[in-house]
Parts: sequence; structure tokens; C-alpha cells
Amino acid sequence: MTELHWLPEILDWRVRLRGLANEPGSVWDNAVALAGARINFVLTNALDETLRRLLPGPPEGLATKPVRLAVLGSSTLAHLLPAIRVAGLRRGIWIDTYENDYGQYRQELSDPQSALHAFRPTAVLLALDAHDLTAGVTAAMDAEAADAALTEVTERIRSTWQQVRESLRCPVLHQAALPVHLPLLGNNEHRLAGSRPAFLGRLNARLRTMAEEEGVDILSIDDRAARDGTRSWHDPALWHRAKQEVSHTAAPMYGDLVGRWVAAKQGRSFKCLVLDLDNTIWGGVIGDDGMEGIEIGQGSPLGEAYVAFQDYARELSRRGVILAVCSKNDEPNALEPFEKHPDMVLRRGDISSFIANWSDKPANIRAIAEALNIGLDSLVFVDDNPFERNLVRQELPMVAVPEVSDDPTGYPVALADAGYFEGLAVTDEDRERTSQYQGNKARDALKASATDLPAYLRGLEMRLIVRPFDRIGLQRIAQLINKSNQFNLTTRRYTEEDVIAVMADPEAFGLQLRLFDRFGDNGVIAIVIGRLQPNKDLLIDTWLMSCRVLGRQVEPTTLNLICFEASRLGARRLVGEYIPTKKNGMVKDHYAKLGFTAMETDASGGSRAVLDLTGFQPAETFIHVTEG
Amino acid sequence: MATEAEIYPALTTIFHDVFLRDDLALTPELNAKDVQGWDSFKQIEIIMASEEAWKIRFTTRELDALRSVGDLVRTIATKTSGG
Repeated sequence: MTELHWLPEILDWRVRLRGLANEPGSVWDNAVALAGARINFVLTNALDETLRRLLPGPPEGLATKPVRLAVLGSSTLAHLLPAIRVAGLRRGIWIDTYENDYGQYRQELSDPQSALHAFRPTAVLLALDAHDLTAGVTAAMDAEAADAALTEVTERIRSTWQQVRESLRCPVLHQAALPVHLPLLGNNEHRLAGSRPAFLGRLNARLRTMAEEEGVDILSIDDRAARDGTRSWHDPALWHRAKQEVSHTAAPMYGDLVGRWVAAKQGRSFKCLVLDLDNTIWGGVIGDDGMEGIEIGQGSPLGEAYVAFQDYARELSRRGVILAVCSKNDEPNALEPFEKHPDMVLRRGDISSFIANWSDKPANIRAIAEALNIGLDSLVFVDDNPFERNLVRQELPMVAVPEVSDDPTGYPVALADAGYFEGLAVTDEDRERTSQYQGNKARDALKASATDLPAYLRGLEMRLIVRPFDRIGLQRIAQLINKSNQFNLTTRRYTEEDVIAVMADPEAFGLQLRLFDRFGDNGVIAIVIGRLQPNKDLLIDTWLMSCRVLGRQVEPTTLNLICFEASRLGARRLVGEYIPTKKNGMVKDHYAKLGFTAMETDASGGSRAVLDLTGFQPAETFIHVTEG
Repeated sequence: MATEAEIYPALTTIFHDVFLRDDLALTPELNAKDVQGWDSFKQIEIIMASEEAWKIRFTTRELDALRSVGDLVRTIATKTSGG
């Protein structure tokens, strides 16, 4: 399939397209955002046409160089041009295109008075179709005749390249031939000298050798069609009807391949891959599951999929892509697998900037760009968590954030298909790059963040469903109680029977909290157990939460619920307890942050704090609470 | 399985996207002569977008027989009911 699957969908896309005209000062930026969505060819054309009506030429102050691309060929190419222009837009580059009169590209090239010359292209895309390239090739040919035909067509192409360079003085992008022809012999087609598919295979190989000699770049739609299926690229019915070799449906992908080249020519390919850790490069949560619990390595399909993703990332780094880590974790926990896990492919030395803390990710991504001294617009961020992806997209629209599922099998595919790291040459410097960045990285204090979190949280439309402990939730409740390590105030472990006992105890309550937001159901994310003491204090026996929902105001909302339940039992005060473990350092000040007063601290660092219920004012949050 | 009544709203969206005109109202009689810019190029866009939307594939004969929106809707309805 030719879908741009790594791009996120924008639900109100059509409305925003119609609204482009309403903000004359932001037409370009808003159009760039729309070009970053997963759109088909119809919407691609609609965006192109709308933008061109509003902006006849490149906006002033554009950081990129406008491009004048002549697209030359002997079949119908007009349907590809909007997709090429939108692919430029997606990368912040203004592209004007020119298409030769049907079948006239050779004449126009050699005529200095032609419209092609008047267009003054800054780049030329030669998009020669397979039928044109195999004209005269037939199964009746012997090997000698087929070789001669191949030489003739390749030399003709070589002279066209030279002509472009001499008369138009601009770089050439040459489209590899699309393998549209049907086989005659079958599996051993290569034995038939005059076979058209075999001829095109040899032609494409020869083109690549020649391109090296002549300094020309190749647009590898043959490779792309091999991945997507030639049938999704070429529709014979459309060829017969309109001489369109590339299907409309493949136009956005075609355009994007050209857009990558245009961006790479301007040095605007992405340079750095920023990776989340938990459930992105290994399965599970290192802070909760520990070294033995995370899934990485041979033996399980999931573990192997994470190995494959890490391997792809390491291969990218070996060709010059910088790797960085951005994770919500305590740093020692996050580092441990890189240093000690035998199945990890990525090692600490592969990572040029390693940030693991509890700050929000946009702030940390800014810090990574700063430490590496590269632009934010050269970062690609991969995270399994839709909350984090959308927060980064909103706060840092220049950072590329591929849309991925929770299946790591798709992560390398998303990176490869998106073509973020399009490269035109490989230098020794590329191979050395990781160690360079390692050497001069600055890992000082993070800059203060400018992230507009409240606006984001409001837009999340969060709903917290609160239910008392029940039989249906029993397994999940017990699992969370026994698994959660980091956001866990007391780390008391209970069996299912213990949980049932809480349900039966009139002097206690157990709450299970499930969080929904605009991206879906986050599942049960927090557990609280409260026990009324004889002195009418309500002891918060257990309070734990999934780290996935940190920073989303779940904590103060949960406190509101605890106070409500405590009052219902007749309590006058809440008593919160912190029992330190190796892993729960992050909640050391949990109760202080929520307005509790410190009561006592023991030698091991444990503490108790109280909150008077009589004066308690429930916190206002962006979370809507309902009883489930 | 799509009925003609179900096809019209989705096809209207396709027309609005293709022609960038939200005032275009589809009737069975509507044809290329009635809409400015409805050339063979736009015709192919409409066809391809319909194929994508309903996951169908028109035959060359079916395409050649299309004269109006009504023809297109009937053809889509027939093809999506397995006919």
C-alpha cells in the first residue's frame, strides 16, 4: 500500500483547509501543518490548489530555498505535480513545477527558446516511463540485439543528463523505471534476452552505475513499488485510459519521495533519532518490571521485535544518524539495561544524548537539541505512547513524530517508509558522527520549559472513571499492587484475597481509577486503599499510579476522591505514608506537593504527613470524574 | 453493501474535495457539462477516489458507460452488493 502511514490523521482537516483563508498571516504555517497529515491524493490536490490560490509565490522570510522543478517525461505526469509540491510544503519548502508539453521533452531541452528554458528550473526530474524506455524491445530479439538496445537507451539517457547540465545548469533526479511489464518466461525471465521486464531490470541496474559516473541522483520508485506492490503503483486500466504510469493513489508517495530528495539537497534531512525507552525499545517498564522483567532479546516474539528495532536504530547510527534517548524514568533505572542487560543491542555508547527524568518530553527534547547543537527540525521522536506523541507534536511541530502502534514490529517500518533520514552520500564523517557528539555533548542543567501544558491538558478531554474494588477488576487490581514500583507510596503487596477483604471491610475503601482521553482508554491507572483508624484518622494504606499518566493532574484529582471517601467514613484527617524503596524515590515529596503537613520522618527516610479534612478545598483540574 | 441513499453523502464529500466547492449538490442527472472544471482529469480523480472509498475496482466497460452522477452511484451500489 502507498499510504503515508507514518503521518498522523487530523480529524478536522477539511475544516482547517477551508479556514486557511481566514488567517492570512499564517497561511503557510497552517498549510505546512495540514501537509503533515495522512492525506490521500484528493486531499493532497485540494491542499495544493487552496494554497496556490492564497499564496501565488513563496512567503517572505522562508528559511528554505524555493525550488523550481521541471518534470520531464513522455507520459502523463500532471497528476503527480500537486503531490510533489505538497511534499515540499510538508518540509517547509516552496516548489514550483513545470511539465513539458506531452511527448515534447527532448525538443524542449534542445530549444533555448522553449517554455522549459523560460521556466529556469533549479532542478530537473526525468520521469521516463517504462513503455517509452522499452520501445522496440521484443521477445524476438537475441542477446546481441537486446544488449544493443540497452546500450542505445542508456546512452540516450546519459546524453540527456549532460544536456540538462549544460543547457539548464541544474541537478538531475532520474526516476528509475517502474517494472510494469508482465513476464513471458516466468521465474527464469532473465534467460529471455528480449524480455521487457528483464530489460528494465538491467536498465535500472545500469542507470545506477551511470548515475555514479555522472553525478546524478536516482528516484527509486522501483524499490518502493517492490515494497508496496507494483499493483498499488501502476494500474494498466489507467495507462490505457490516460497514459498515467503512476496511479493517482500512489501520487502522494511519489511526491514524498521527490520531496525527500529536494530536502536532502538543501541539507534538510533529519539527523537525529530520539527514542523513548519503556515499551518503545523494550517491552515493559524498567522501573516496575526490573532487568528480569522487561522484554528484550531472543525467545519471545515481542522481545525479538524490540531487538530488531534496536538493530535498525543502530544500523542508522552507523550510517550517520545520531541517536538520543528521552524517557520518563529515574536515570539509574533507565541506564541499567544499556549497561548490563545481555540482550540489549543498543549500548550507552550508541546514545549521544541520554535524558531520563520526570520532566515533560517537549522540554527534554529541546534539551537534547541544545546538547547536540542541532536544530529541533532535525529530530525524529519515536514513542509508543499517543499522549507523549501528541504533546510533542503540539509543542514542537518541527519535530517529526511518526504515528506508530504499540507493536514494535512496525517501528523500523515507519522510520524507513517515512524517509526522514534520506541521504545522498555517505561520508567518513557520517560513520564517525556518533562518537563526535558523544565527545562534545553538554549535559548541564535543562533549560526552563516553555511548554503550554494546561492548554494541552484541557484539549485532552480526560475522564476519570472511579469504581470501588470489585470482582471484575480483582485480577488487574492485584496485578498493579504487586507490580508497581515507582509511583507507589508504600509498596505494600496484597493477594487477591487481601483485596477481597478490603471490599468486605466497612472501615476501609478501595478505589480503582480508569482514565480515558481523546486518544482512548488508558486502562486502570491508579489504585488507592484507605483504612479508617480508631482515632478517626484515615490512613492511606496504598496509593499507586502508572507512570504513563504522570503530569496529567491525576494525582490531585485522586486526592479529591480520597477526601470524599474519607469524609463518607467519618474521618477528620488524612494520613499519608511514604515508605522508601530502591525504586520509589520519585514520590518522596508526593504528599508535600499535595499540601499535606509533614508529621514524622524515620531513620530510613520514611515519613508520614497529614491533611485536615475540615478545611480541604478540592483541587480544580482538567479531569472530569464520573463513577463507573 | 451500500444503498444509493448511503452513497450520495460520501460521494458528495468526494466532489467537494475534488472541485473545492462545498455548494455542489449531487443529483442523479448531474454530469460533466453542469460543473465547471469537470474534465477527463477530474473524472479520473472522482473514479479513483470512489474506488478507494468503497474498495471497488471499475471495469473499463463500466467507466465508459458512465454519463452522470446517477450512473456512477448505481454502478457503485451494484458493485458493493456483490453484483
